[in-house]
Amino acid sequence: MTTSVQSLPERGGVADARGSVNDLAIRVGTVNGSGSQSANLVLVRALFAMGIPCAAKNVFPSNIEGLPTWFHIRACDKEYIGNHPDPQVLVCMNEQTAADDVRQLCAGGVCIHRDDFKESIDGGRDDVRFVPVPFARLVGEAYPPDKSDPGYREKLRKVINMVYVGVVAGGTGIEMDAVRTAIRQQFPGRKAKAAETNIAAAEAGYAWAVENLPEGLPYRVERMDGTAGKILVEGNQAAALGAVFGGATVLSWYPITPSSSLAEYAEAYLRKYRTNPDGTRNFTVVQAEDELAAIGMGVGAGWAGARSITATSGPGISLMAEFVGLAYFAEIPVVIVDVQRMGPSTGLPTRTSQGDILTMHTLGHGDGRHIVLIPASPAECFSMTAEALDLAAEFQTPVFVATDLDLGMNLWMSDPFEYPETPIRRGKVLDADALEAHIQQFGGFGRYRDVDGDGVCYRTLPGTEHPLAAYFTRGTGHNEKSGYSERPEDWQANLDRLTRKLETARESLPRPVIEADPDARVGLIAYGSSHWAAVEARDLLREQGIPTGYCRLRALPVDATLGPTFVEKYDRVYVVDQNRDGQVYSLLRMAMVGGLDARLISVTHYNGTPIAAADIAGPIADWERSFHHDGSLTTPSKAPSEPRAAGPVVSTE
Amino acid sequence: MSNAEATIAVRSNGHALSLPVVAFQGSPSTLCKGCGHNSITSRLIDAAKAVGLNPYTTAKLSGIGCSSKTPAYFLNYSHGFNALHGRMPSVATGALLANHRLTMIGISGDGDTANIGLGQFKHACRRNLPMLYIVENNGCYGLTKGQFSATADLRARLRRASGEENPAAPFDLCLEAIVGGATFVARSFAGDKKQLDALLKAALSHKGLAFLDIISPCVTFNDFPESTKSWAWGREHNEPIQEIGFVPRLPEIEIEQQAGQATQVRLHDGSTITLRALREDHHDVRSRASAMDLILTSQEHNEFLTGLLYVAPEKPDFLDTLGMTDTPLAHLPDEALRPGPEALADAMEAF
Repeated sequence: MTTSVQSLPERGGVADARGSVNDLAIRVGTVNGSGSQSANLVLVRALFAMGIPCAAKNVFPSNIEGLPTWFHIRACDKEYIGNHPDPQVLVCMNEQTAADDVRQLCAGGVCIHRDDFKESIDGGRDDVRFVPVPFARLVGEAYPPDKSDPGYREKLRKVINMVYVGVVAGGTGIEMDAVRTAIRQQFPGRKAKAAETNIAAAEAGYAWAVENLPEGLPYRVERMDGTAGKILVEGNQAAALGAVFGGATVLSWYPITPSSSLAEYAEAYLRKYRTNPDGTRNFTVVQAEDELAAIGMGVGAGWAGARSITATSGPGISLMAEFVGLAYFAEIPVVIVDVQRMGPSTGLPTRTSQGDILTMHTLGHGDGRHIVLIPASPAECFSMTAEALDLAAEFQTPVFVATDLDLGMNLWMSDPFEYPETPIRRGKVLDADALEAHIQQFGGFGRYRDVDGDGVCYRTLPGTEHPLAAYFTRGTGHNEKSGYSERPEDWQANLDRLTRKLETARESLPRPVIEADPDARVGLIAYGSSHWAAVEARDLLREQGIPTGYCRLRALPVDATLGPTFVEKYDRVYVVDQNRDGQVYSLLRMAMVGGLDARLISVTHYNGTPIAAADIAGPIADWERSFHHDGSLTTPSKAPSEPRAAGPVVSTE
Repeated sequence: MSNAEATIAVRSNGHALSLPVVAFQGSPSTLCKGCGHNSITSRLIDAAKAVGLNPYTTAKLSGIGCSSKTPAYFLNYSHGFNALHGRMPSVATGALLANHRLTMIGISGDGDTANIGLGQFKHACRRNLPMLYIVENNGCYGLTKGQFSATADLRARLRRASGEENPAAPFDLCLEAIVGGATFVARSFAGDKKQLDALLKAALSHKGLAFLDIISPCVTFNDFPESTKSWAWGREHNEPIQEIGFVPRLPEIEIEQQAGQATQVRLHDGSTITLRALREDHHDVRSRASAMDLILTSQEHNEFLTGLLYVAPEKPDFLDTLGMTDTPLAHLPDEALRPGPEALADAMEAF
């Protein structure tokens, strides 16, 4: 029996009409290409500067100009920085989506909107406060027409966005000093004049809010001390720096959302930090003709001794499948960062998912399992990308880093990145002298001979000046000397050794992070960007009398001890996946022995939006309420509730 | 043969080495008896010995197919990589990025290059990747039993009872290479020992993508009289456009210039190709337009022209454009791979 609990968007979150302090979710609806990004970043940076933990999401279409786009900001003293689907404060600059956006507001929410919309946008909601703002007049006053500047109208179109920054600041208590600082940060150096123009626009909005909303909005922020020592960063920036400090030497890539910015950041950082004083480079970056070539270059480079890396997303992973299978079997190091988006095919290219996780683990045809590192934060994007380069070299195999659009392209409060403590690891590579010693010790050299018994063999690199250094790398069946072989015993022995190698590698992988709760009967397993929603969901569940133990997976293959160390301690363990089929849930069911698989229940979220706490807490609470358990391990034979349109759907089959 | 004769002198990392002949040879071929590919392998071994190619710093790569098996049959002392079907160029690119000091030899076939690998082939040409790229062109898929490749003759018939006709005209890979941006493009015939020797030696000395389209008969599936990829057709129709000489770089010898009689092309490493025209065509080997005109005209006349079609030794190769440090990336010390903590602090300042 497969048990799956899937969620649908649900209204109802932390906010209510009574208001809140330092628990603020803002959504801004604009048109892409309208220059609102700067304004949105100013809001986030100002909140961050006030010491309030925060994160922001850019929800954008697969389009360059003219389609709706949204920016979600969350600032929360409890460090809840996951998705918040029902904002308290909505800024409507785009009439096209305004009515729909209003429907998303929480009860008691506030809609700040342009006063020149042609149609009513209230959608019959009487539990929402509407605040029309004369944006056009305010920006015109703050930034009067300049006939000498042919670009005035274009600039005005952008500057108007800064007016809503001021209005939101005035309404919620964001300090104008923090806003000014953030604007100057956004328009540094030669853009100083633009900074002053934008400050004037923000001040106009702020003054309007002070005058027209004298009591302010019920959702307030106050300065606190929650961001000291933290940084505000995108996962792709972090992974790019991980490549730089992990010692990547060859980056070959092909543009694909949402991974392109990772490669572009990496190239910029490499140029900055890995260029010699004479201008020569200790790296190279090649934009390949497609993902086949991107991974082909990575494999060729890894074979010849480089620390190679590529970044891609789902469709790219598909194209890389044959090469990854070859690299697994021929034992060639290469790192692939998959910034997952919603597929299959083009799917929702600008929306997030964890849909490639199983594919990454098993990519290629025939037998093969790959190491997959799964960061949950920018700090882990940094450390795990660097670690992946070491693991690939050490175990002579492809290593995946599984991030996603939500983590990669959105802004997160993060711990600062820790400089790697351990030296770069290059694995078992023999130069000519070491090869000679190896031959003396073991009576010869075989590329695929497991002299250490750990499944990891020694390799030489092309260019090694020794008569016995060379070997012929092949995807065909091979013996210990890398000679062509179709002998059944050679094939099987090789596959068994690869299994042994993966077992050795498993010991080196990042361990799951477990927060046990001895009082809890319910366990929760999540991974990657679901972590933030999971943390918040645990608090929501605890408030409902359902304490949970928590395990965050950080790598595949899963820790062999997960059964006794975690699953066994709970009656039921919910596994959270941001994909329809519960991919990691399925993997865990296969990994659990002694009936522990029956304790696992799948919680899934797969509509393209980042998972929210309610998407986890809702289905679990629903299930737990319906399940009048007596401590036995039996799962109910009947669905605990009928599917309903507005709530979680629970199905059993 | 004396021991002294059985060794080959090569230079490696600035010092002289004397290598046994076995360093240049390989495992016994498992291809069909009489396969053109075996002839090419022999020529390649001869050329490598003749120019003193250092096997230690040479890598031999291939895709998938009969031709792609051949790197196992030469240069025992070189690392080899039998990669994926049609994807040898990207693997070669990556290996050269890791170690720009490698001499790269890529062996491919017509199916591997003209069909599944056309994209990677042309991008390698476009980048002018410094390598010797050989297509052992027999107009068919040997390893999967004789299906047409994209260089098969128009209206050729399959060698089987059903005898299906090839409905599509072939690609001319030399034309594709020239259009793509390769800087050394030649065609030859597996049976033309003299020309192949000269072309291979010259190609190994070229800095940039040296492409050799070598017609190489498949004795099992495509060696019948009407086939333009057969031994008989090749021998009868092979029309060399030049007599090609190759003079390796020998600083102490002044090359004798015979003005007006032979074209000389000086390669990047100081060696020289001499070309003596054998036909009345006014072909300028340094002109892409002239080369393409020659190829297109010969197609109209159903001629099998062989020789050096195009060469541009002065164009920068791909690795020149990347600004990599002189030490191969594969051998950079840790300190060149990981900037100090102050660099990380600097990067985080921006967040």
